[in-house]
Amino acid sequence: MTPAELAERIRVRCPDTVVARGDVSTIVERDDLLETLAWLRDDDDLSLGFCSSVTATDWPGSDPRLWVAYELRSIEHRHRLRVKVGLADGDAHVPTVSSLYPTANWHERETRDFYGIEFDGHPNLRPLMLPEGWDGFPLLKTEELGGVNTRFEGAFIPPVDTRTTTT
Amino acid sequence: MADAPTSSASDPQARVDPVPRETHIDERTGELRQETMIINMGPQHPSTHGVLRLLLELDGETVIRCTPIIGYLHTGIEKNTEYRTWMQGVTYVTRADYLAPFFNELGYCLAVERLLGIEAPARAQVIRVLMNELNRISSHLVWLATGGMELGAVSVMLYGFRERELLLDIFEEATGLRMNHAYIRIGGVIMDLPDEGVPHIERFLEEMPARIDDYERLLDENPIWLERNVGVGMLSADEALSLGVTGPMLRAAGVAADVRKDEPYCGYETYDFQVPVGTGADAYTRYRLRIEEMRESMKIVRQCLDRLEPGPVMVQDPKVAWPAKLSVGPDGIGNDPAYIRHIMEESMEALIHHFKMVTEGVEVPAGEVYQAVESPRGELGFYVVSDGGHRPYRVKIRDPSFANLQAVPAMVEGSLVADTIAAIASLDPVMGGVDR
Repeated sequence: MTPAELAERIRVRCPDTVVARGDVSTIVERDDLLETLAWLRDDDDLSLGFCSSVTATDWPGSDPRLWVAYELRSIEHRHRLRVKVGLADGDAHVPTVSSLYPTANWHERETRDFYGIEFDGHPNLRPLMLPEGWDGFPLLKTEELGGVNTRFEGAFIPPVDTRTTTT
Repeated sequence: MADAPTSSASDPQARVDPVPRETHIDERTGELRQETMIINMGPQHPSTHGVLRLLLELDGETVIRCTPIIGYLHTGIEKNTEYRTWMQGVTYVTRADYLAPFFNELGYCLAVERLLGIEAPARAQVIRVLMNELNRISSHLVWLATGGMELGAVSVMLYGFRERELLLDIFEEATGLRMNHAYIRIGGVIMDLPDEGVPHIERFLEEMPARIDDYERLLDENPIWLERNVGVGMLSADEALSLGVTGPMLRAAGVAADVRKDEPYCGYETYDFQVPVGTGADAYTRYRLRIEEMRESMKIVRQCLDRLEPGPVMVQDPKVAWPAKLSVGPDGIGNDPAYIRHIMEESMEALIHHFKMVTEGVEVPAGEVYQAVESPRGELGFYVVSDGGHRPYRVKIRDPSFANLQAVPAMVEGSLVADTIAAIASLDPVMGGVDR
């Protein structure tokens, strides 16, 4: 299926589907996400049964502020689709897709670490990339690069002038 | 090292580590028996090329639960790219999976080129394929060397690193660096191959087949190698696909998925090569496939050398191309002295152009693309978003090691603890790519 044909096929159910630079992407509502993905995965013509990646982008000042992007791939039919869900500021949660795509487990944990997006129903939404108890969500545009103290839990390095010698 | 958990079992959310099953007094001996034991494997491990920690729950010698813990090498590569120009992004992404730097560079550059709507010149495409396939061989050699060492095949370790050195010399000659080359750039490659480059690659192609035959003679029917690898780290096709596993791991389970064939880039559809596929789904099959892949890569390198026609290696558009002429000096790649003389003494316009391109760089139209390439470990994807500015808005690296590592529990739970080592070695994770 060419990208245009794929988009045509998907528009049956998701009207907001575009082809740009050879990539097909579609926007779905949060409440329709699981049903849509199940359809994309199980439909014989689409069989987008492989989830390459889940990630997000942050656009402060616009609505929706956060976009979650799911990269789907059909290994049999050799095509790809990006499914995007927009999330308003202060309402950053979306159902987990790890029941449909077990690989999303870690991708979603990573996305939560970096963007603070909660994945409802996730079996184990603990920090993956960041230490336990890390403050903030580093990939949000509102977070600066750097300026964060290095932290090792339980470790304290005293100021130079208060250190004692070992002798 | 045994590790008694300290957190209470009442709050499962607060608990990081699996808690061993309850203890009891053995009636016969009167000794305290603990049914299972928690073992921390790591955080360290030579053959994982980085820092990986596995929490294993053991019942005797059998692994009943395995939890990989990652993040130790997280360096914020994705965040960093958002604060640099598009061209500087290359030097960041190349450091993610540091055993496959050319693949990172290629995936990123192809993505940016699609946003720009440009294509690298023919010679640059051939050089890109050439470098990628040489890199695939060098990456597989490190896998063979470290994986062999894990299982006690120390000669293989020496052979693997010896041959990899030949390739690193070729890379160094062309790019000035052994790793993290930043050689493939937006719009082509940063400089042409050196004059001696092609003869050196020719010599490598002559020497290497006999060396690969040596590895096979050493390992193929080696009883210890068979004992440690056959039937170890099993991962079926269904499990692999649902867990997002790609590369030799997936092909060893009988799925012929390879981005070079499925969604060709850089003209891969015009090269004659096979994608080796096995059905054993175990560590031994993965070993066989990687050896075969090295042979196939050499076939591609051979075809690249035959196709190298003189021509530009960078697009001619001055709004995209890197302005400086570079040369490889004794201390690596640098600005060509003749070029420096030109901008400093001869042409004010050239100096202004140079300054503008280096400080501000390329302007990339707004949009987003996902570009995948086939790295030695599987599908390496770049989701690149531009807001129309001079810096990337978002660069997401879909690293194959990250996805593949999720399959470790499926591979090792229920097997012997010693087989965990062989299973992870056969997975070939590079933690720089996992943690980014």
